Amino acid sequence: MTHGGARTREVVTPDGVPLRFAIALAGDRAGAFLLDYLLVHAAVLVAVLAIFLLVGWAAGADLALATALLAFFLVRTFYFTFFELTWQGQTPGKRKLGIRVIDARGGPLTAEAIITRNLTREVEVFLPMTALAGPDLVYPGAPAGVAIAALGWMLLFGLLPLFNRDRLRVGDLVAGTIVVRAPDARLLDDLVAAPASPAAEGLAFTREQLDVYGEYELHVLEGLLRDGPAARPDAMAAVAAQIREKIGWEAPAPDDRAFLRAYYAALRGRLERRLLLGRRRAHKLDRS
Amino acid sequence: MTVVLKSAAFRAEREPSWRELEGLLDRVERWGLPSLAAGEVARLPALYRAALSSLSVARAISLDRNVLDYLETLSARAYLVVYGTRRHLRDALGDFFVRRFPGAVRAHRRELALAIALIAVGAGVGHALTAADAERFYAFVAPEMAQGRGPTSSTESLREVLYAPRDAAQLLKTFAMFLFQHNATIGLLAFAVGFAGGVPSALLLFTNGLVLGAFGALYRSRGLALDFWGWVLPHGVTELLAVALCGAAGLALGQAVLFPGREERLAGLARRGREAGVLAVGAVALFFAAALVEGLFRQLVHSVPVRYAVAAGTFLFWTVYLGRAGSRA
Repeated sequence: MTHGGARTREVVTPDGVPLRFAIALAGDRAGAFLLDYLLVHAAVLVAVLAIFLLVGWAAGADLALATALLAFFLVRTFYFTFFELTWQGQTPGKRKLGIRVIDARGGPLTAEAIITRNLTREVEVFLPMTALAGPDLVYPGAPAGVAIAALGWMLLFGLLPLFNRDRLRVGDLVAGTIVVRAPDARLLDDLVAAPASPAAEGLAFTREQLDVYGEYELHVLEGLLRDGPAARPDAMAAVAAQIREKIGWEAPAPDDRAFLRAYYAALRGRLERRLLLGRRRAHKLDRS
Repeated sequence: MTVVLKSAAFRAEREPSWRELEGLLDRVERWGLPSLAAGEVARLPALYRAALSSLSVARAISLDRNVLDYLETLSARAYLVVYGTRRHLRDALGDFFVRRFPGAVRAHRRELALAIALIAVGAGVGHALTAADAERFYAFVAPEMAQGRGPTSSTESLREVLYAPRDAAQLLKTFAMFLFQHNATIGLLAFAVGFAGGVPSALLLFTNGLVLGAFGALYRSRGLALDFWGWVLPHGVTELLAVALCGAAGLALGQAVLFPGREERLAGLARRGREAGVLAVGAVALFFAAALVEGLFRQLVHSVPVRYAVAAGTFLFWTVYLGRAGSRA
């Protein structure tokens, strides 16, 4: 399911309803950044080539260097800010990997926050990267140790997200933002509302048979049924057999799928009625 | 068995409004808010609140995991659209330069004063030390910055740099670009290292002052002081202001780290970071303006009085703009 295993962060909307967001995976963020980074370089390359086509090759190496430096600086400084402003907290890389930036406290994502979190990137990534490539560019006459220091610096900042619960990098800390998985669940058919197969009609379960399981088992069953007709038939047979054994089902049953659907509907009905009375049953071992 | 579950009935009743909201969100996420008709935009907040209320009900009565997940993500998507940034970049920029940036500068006037003071003290120290012993020039100024200038250069070659003929324009253009890139990076660095308590920012400001002072002393020793400051100040006013702004932003960050006051340290850092980020972005624009003056004006105009007049003009302009723009006084 959507939140399976992922860390979540609860954000209370201004309307007072708590919403859960899944924190973006570190790998997704690295991938998004890499993609954006490549796009930035491609954009700079295109800009420099375009200027050369306009001006002509004769203009010389100085102009090439100047244009490339300026273009690189402008593009890398404003690329992230521009896209996160106009695409609601997403850059092309983030959109591709399905993640986005939100305000950590649930307020609107402000322009300042976007600007700040992206300016810090300069120190987190670009500066040490430059230092790594050529220490002289950052600090003329720098000793060779600078490259190692830059590497350490980059590692420290790059790995920082792995050492806190919300996967925050320095820019997120300073700007008060958080990167989450872009919500994207689809609404599927209600398993209860779908017409039951004729064979499943008349399947009735006693209260004791339904009280064997709790919500956790209900959701596992839902997952199995929602995997669609193509789901592994052997898994379905195994689950059906186990449930039959557990509830002591004696009567002849229709095919496994119809049986499981009927049991799911009955179990959900039973658990929801309990829920209305304020009695939650989290899982089969929960005897409250 | 035709028992209708409460959760199923609930879903059947509310589903059309969820689907409507989902359709609108799909379009907004793909093509932006302007792709919606006026009536649809007006429906958005109502549908968003309906989805939130559905979510609250579903949490209380439904055990259909898919419906819960769907409503949660639907509400989250709608929330991001309703409360997300949605200003056009142009409006955001206009608002930024007319109101927000000057306002942020005024809000940080103490940090700015401190940053300017640090540069000035650095320049004074650099000037005094280099004047006392010319060899110290090499300690303060990196070879790339010096561009071959130094205590051993002839007065003529030093003078030449100040009044470069136009055919060297290509070279100077590169230099201007490099300087813009270099300075802006230094500036952003001064801002971003601020979270380390502000000390690195202060240090950067001071060393920048040292470089300036060292150059000043070098030219003064050749009797070119007036020419040198005429060469530096037209763009230098803007550029130093930009460096000072970045430094002030860094100092503000450092302050938030060291003296959180009543606020939680991280929350304070986030709040101040946002305010200070405004300064840094404004400073980048200043760097750009400075590079333009440096790359074009300085190559074309060699008259010393005009250079000083431009320096004074830019100073006046920034004072008035940053001091007055957007204030309701």
